[in-house]
Amino acid sequence: MVKLTQRLGGLVLRFAAFCAALGAVIAMITSRERSSFFVLSLVAKYSDLAAFKYFVIANAIVSVYSFLVLFLPKESLLWKFVVVLDLIVTMLLTSSLSAAVAVAQVGKRGNANAGWLPICGQVPRFCDQITGALIAGLVALVLYVFLLIVSIHHVVDPFLLRKS
Amino acid sequence: MAGGKTVVAGGNTKSWKLLLGLRIFAFMATLAAAIVMALNKETKTLVVATIGTVPIKATLTAKFQHTPAFVFFVIANVMASFHNLLMIALQIFSPKLEHKGLHVLSIAILDMLNATLVSAAANAAVFVAELGKNGNKHAKWNKVCDRFATYCDHGAGALIAAFAGVILMILVSGVSISRLLFNSNKFSTTKAPATETDVP
Repeated sequence: MVKLTQRLGGLVLRFAAFCAALGAVIAMITSRERSSFFVLSLVAKYSDLAAFKYFVIANAIVSVYSFLVLFLPKESLLWKFVVVLDLIVTMLLTSSLSAAVAVAQVGKRGNANAGWLPICGQVPRFCDQITGALIAGLVALVLYVFLLIVSIHHVVDPFLLRKS
Repeated sequence: MAGGKTVVAGGNTKSWKLLLGLRIFAFMATLAAAIVMALNKETKTLVVATIGTVPIKATLTAKFQHTPAFVFFVIANVMASFHNLLMIALQIFSPKLEHKGLHVLSIAILDMLNATLVSAAANAAVFVAELGKNGNKHAKWNKVCDRFATYCDHGAGALIAAFAGVILMILVSGVSISRLLFNSNKFSTTKAPATETDVP
């Protein structure tokens, strides 16, 4: 009974993480806005900034990985490998999220000391969609931290819950 | 991981020595990154405008506190090096406590959390530094590195040290997880009830 709820909980968490990562990718890819500033017209796309490209690639890898692990059978020997891969994927998620947030913060507030002006005043809808994508990435990260603990529990039994 | 490593019970086993060595290097790498970035500062007087024949000079400083990503970088590396120091001290001064299950699990989880922290900090700093080095013509942000070359060089050195720290922290987490797996195998094969205590 305990085993069934554990397995179901793990599957639900992984499916939620897959949805969150996929949502982050889609939200960032579809963010594109054109704004005209006197005679100049500025098109803001996610691919202008390297950090956002890295964010999209990392979250795409994470969503594909989560989808594949959803179908792993319970008694497979690959679960020890899944622990290591979960750690790597968590690090990928956190590094991509932190890079995207750092660059987005420069875009929103600018950097007065370097003479960089904020761009969010000119393209507000773009900024809002990027914020939404970053929040989805944060949700995926939190779910993956829980999933890491669940995977370790699947392989090892440190709290001695299984009475075999 | 084939059976070359013996059981975890502290003392001078192979995995204990490997873990200690890796932790010492990780501690040095993260501490070096934090110190180099914290002392990163450059002041320059630049000619801003000319009125007639009199040039107007302004003194500009480039400090790491101007960029929030670098502040996060320094704080995260300090926290990671403090964690490594604590773990080294724990490993050297109490080898007998290692065989309890929850102890090894908490060390493994803390190592993983600190590895993710250092990787997040290093990545954020490197993307913001790339913006400073190359600028971004879409957002009309100009380069900083052509004027403050020493600042950029020192920052690059700190970033290299931080990435070396990231790789070492990943290896440390890997060894901690494998010690956890071996520790649990040792306990799950002995069908001892809770009243017996294990002798290392």
